Amino acid sequence: MVVSQPERADRVFAALSDPTRRDILRRAAVGEPSVSALARHYAMSFAAVQKHVATLERAGLVAKRRRGREQLVSTRVEAVREARHELEALERLWRDRLARFGEVLEEEQR
Amino acid sequence: MSVVGVAPDREARTLTMTAEYDAPVEQVWRLWADPRLLERWWGPPTYPATVHEHDLRPGGRVVYSMTGPEGDTHYGWWRPGRVDPPTGLELEDGFGDADGTPAEGMPTTRVRVDIADAGGGRTRMTVTSTFPSAEAMDQMLQMGMAEGMREALGQTYPLLEGSAA
Repeated sequence: MVVSQPERADRVFAALSDPTRRDILRRAAVGEPSVSALARHYAMSFAAVQKHVATLERAGLVAKRRRGREQLVSTRVEAVREARHELEALERLWRDRLARFGEVLEEEQR
Repeated sequence: MSVVGVAPDREARTLTMTAEYDAPVEQVWRLWADPRLLERWWGPPTYPATVHEHDLRPGGRVVYSMTGPEGDTHYGWWRPGRVDPPTGLELEDGFGDADGTPAEGMPTTRVRVDIADAGGGRTRMTVTSTFPSAEAMDQMLQMGMAEGMREALGQTYPLLEGSAA
């Protein structure tokens, strides 16, 4: 059906609404920074950065793994793509409807 | 192809799609106003729609169902707001049950339809839908997430292009 997992989509969009989290996503898309490496970029506590990472992880936007004492963060590009698909789905839905609309009109004109 | 324009609006969080048809305004309006015509285009081919109730007046309601390939049935409803035949219609569309009771926690879409004479026997129909997931569209467009990701992921390409040139 057109609406798949509304709650999940909401979590994704809520997670994306914060500029720090968007920045984390960009950084974690190129390498696999540790949480402490990420924390150096922001004027906030390590704990606060860790919370942002946790929010992103809950939304499925990043994956975390341990390496020794470090926690490494990587962006799940497919999840970002899914978020974009929500928008495209709306367009596709109406494109299809408007095309069928035209077909019905044509049939009725005959 | 009948679609002549697609315009996302980040301020208003809307997606506006414009289509033109070789038919007079009244005929275009009928596809919304006549439930038998409406059910021929509203649902996707794999989820054909059946309109059970059709009271297209402000404060009225439309109840429809769509049947999926597995025989699964999904009920939907419209709550018409402004209704100005044959040129204007505003409605809220959502999921619900067979009585037309809205399902809780499911996103709804607001739809505005403007139908205008485009001259030469043609009609222009503009459908503006407000993105269902609250702030979702605004966020998607404003933050340039897609661009950011493309940059991040595509940064090896300029190097390749550079070596080819």
